[in-house]
Amino acid sequence: MGFMSRFAANKGALVGLVLLIALLAFAVLGPWLYPTSPWRMVARPFTAPFVTDRFLLGTDTLGRDVAAGLVHGTRISILIGFVSTLVALLIGVPLGALAGYFGGWIDDALMRITEFFQTIPSFALAIVLVAVLQPSIYSIVLAIGIVSWPPVARLVRGEVLSLRTREYVQAAITVGQSTLRIIFSQVLPNTVAPIIVMASLMVASAILLESSLSFLGLGDPNLMTWGYMVGAGRTRLMDAWWISFFPGVAIFLTVLALNLVGEGLNDALNPRLSRGRE
Amino acid sequence: MGDTGTFLMQLWKKTASLALALALLGSASALAQTPKKGGVAQVIVTPEPPMLMQGLNQTGPTNMIAGNIYESMLRFDDKLQPMPSLAKSWKVSEDSKVFTFTLQDEVKWHDGKPFSADDVVFTLDKFLREVHPRWRPIVNNQVEKIEKTDDKTVVITMKQPFGPLLFAMEVASAPIIPKHLYEGTDYKNNPNNNTPIGTGPFKFKEWKKGSYIQLVRNPDYYLKDKPALDEVYYPFIPDAAARAVAYETGKVDVLTGGAVDIFDVPRLAKLPNTCMTTKGWEMFAPHAWITPNVRNGILGSKEFRQAMMYAIDRDFGKDVVWNGFGKIPTGPISSKTKFYSDNVKKYSYDPKKAKELVKASGYKGETIKFLGLPYGETWTRWAEAIKQNFADVGINMEIVTTDVPGWVQKTSNWDFDLTFNFLYQLGDPAIGVSRSYVSGNIAKGNPFGNVGGYSNPEADKLFADAAVAPTPEKRQELYTKVQQVLAEDLPVLWLLELEYPTIYRCNIKNLVTTGIGVNDGFRDAWKE
Repeated sequence: MGFMSRFAANKGALVGLVLLIALLAFAVLGPWLYPTSPWRMVARPFTAPFVTDRFLLGTDTLGRDVAAGLVHGTRISILIGFVSTLVALLIGVPLGALAGYFGGWIDDALMRITEFFQTIPSFALAIVLVAVLQPSIYSIVLAIGIVSWPPVARLVRGEVLSLRTREYVQAAITVGQSTLRIIFSQVLPNTVAPIIVMASLMVASAILLESSLSFLGLGDPNLMTWGYMVGAGRTRLMDAWWISFFPGVAIFLTVLALNLVGEGLNDALNPRLSRGRE
Repeated sequence: MGDTGTFLMQLWKKTASLALALALLGSASALAQTPKKGGVAQVIVTPEPPMLMQGLNQTGPTNMIAGNIYESMLRFDDKLQPMPSLAKSWKVSEDSKVFTFTLQDEVKWHDGKPFSADDVVFTLDKFLREVHPRWRPIVNNQVEKIEKTDDKTVVITMKQPFGPLLFAMEVASAPIIPKHLYEGTDYKNNPNNNTPIGTGPFKFKEWKKGSYIQLVRNPDYYLKDKPALDEVYYPFIPDAAARAVAYETGKVDVLTGGAVDIFDVPRLAKLPNTCMTTKGWEMFAPHAWITPNVRNGILGSKEFRQAMMYAIDRDFGKDVVWNGFGKIPTGPISSKTKFYSDNVKKYSYDPKKAKELVKASGYKGETIKFLGLPYGETWTRWAEAIKQNFADVGINMEIVTTDVPGWVQKTSNWDFDLTFNFLYQLGDPAIGVSRSYVSGNIAKGNPFGNVGGYSNPEADKLFADAAVAPTPEKRQELYTKVQQVLAEDLPVLWLLELEYPTIYRCNIKNLVTTGIGVNDGFRDAWKE
């Protein structure tokens, strides 16, 4: 079976993919759908949803369009999810590869550092980092990246540990390839599959982490994000449920979609490891 | 004024009917009910105060609790007319230079020692001169001498006429503290600071940090039938929503101003047996504004500041963000404070005019940073609304968030472009208003000075002259003038005269009867 058919064999993954494509479409088309700023006070505050066509999802405490916030929030959430995952990979993959390939004291040193980060509760560390660096999109991406890389490093280290004893790696060493070249051309390409699977799940957790930070008021105060919307509407949950509800659903669906896709990718990329379905 | 005080005091003693006295004082309830003795009140004050020794600390929560432990010379009604407290009568000389206070008889400290004029002189001349940031400038610049003429009389002589002195006799501005416990000690480290001893209607009993403060009835209070309540508890609950729930479930009886988010107020006020009032803040008259740092580029331009003022939809702020509470100010002096005048340049919401002025000011689209005030959701929403107002007229503003220590540090060190601030007016512009605008108050280290850096010799002179002008008419004339000057220059952008609703169970009577509300309200309060 090819990659596509193995992926398609997982029904959940297909659903996730459809959801994800829809989200990406919203992110791309957002500015055309809602050209004005989502911060603009456009209507009477607390307009209920599904009452007027213009404000299908209602308005919030200041009369801002919840639907506009949702669509603009999609861009931010997806952007933060992908970029901070990239940051985590940029830290985690090289560290894991070095530790796994060289072993010995390098491995020991790098793994102690990794463990140091793993033992600190990641959300608490993210809060501290954002608070110290001042909340902005950059500090949030950096903080999420910094708290998310240790599992990547451990995964890559494990893969590299097993790969470096393979014959083709030994052959490359015998032929006299430089160490860097061996790592990049012989070892790392073979770790891509598990990294991709892990990364898809990391995007989901990064989105959750960003939402949690925004919910606590540690988001970028100049960006409309889902977490901010949930947080700002939280206190009005009793009389204006829709302000928090719709962005909450958006977070839920996005994280679900990414998890489903991640599982589908796992099935497709590691056919031997995937559980039998049928 | 003194004669009125004496008259009222005699009336107070002679008449058995409390209701009649209250009606004459222009206070709350006109129902002829006799106060019932006993009962416990649970009162939410937030956040937990740093200490209860009011002479050393005058933050809002400290005042709300300690104002029932300590007393000062005078109390003030909601029209800011002085009423007797530790002084049973007072006399002001015709030239406003000599103030004579006659003290109550039979006042005792909570430890049983008698109270006398020595305590007053020690407090005003020694203790508060050293530690009180608002009393210090008054006593150093205006007062010539403070002396006792006998055990029941204190005379304060001024260097020049200074009418506002009476307002400085409010309990947070000049709480009288016991000489026998503080004289010759290191005031800030005196162990009695942890177990405050005052003359007030309630005695300090216990403070369980992070949990509650308990006050108990002072059985030796000089007004024989007061206070009515046996105990007042102040439980501390850190989350606003949880505080609202505590009221809903009946755990607490009183939510003081700021205890719950402003948008929750209408819902809570509708609960059964619930009363709500915005009175009791007349003395403070909190005035909210945006301070532009006039040292920073375009913010130094008067046109640009006027553009911002026209750009801000202040009615939206009041009606939507503050849920209709408050009043749009016209200038530096609150309409609740003395010497207010609305004969000034007015700014309505006018984006078109704002755009023109932005253009005229030479603004090039540079980003202006707005330092948010970390005092809860309402302020955050307000900043967001103003940012949008600015965006509509082409002003590029970015919000920077911070925590309370961060805000204090940045504001004190002038490290901001724009920021929110709100200050108490304290009855008289000489005490609570001029401090934000005079160039003599441009100093790092205090977020409540003239942090924006506005400097205008004309305004300086008007404020200085108005403080010591001999007659109220003359003072009004000068204060009207300075309000006109400032409304034209806009050293700060006045947004709202804040109103803090106090929510309480209707069976608690006479809670808010003075210009400082719950701060000294439990003297007269009783529970049905």
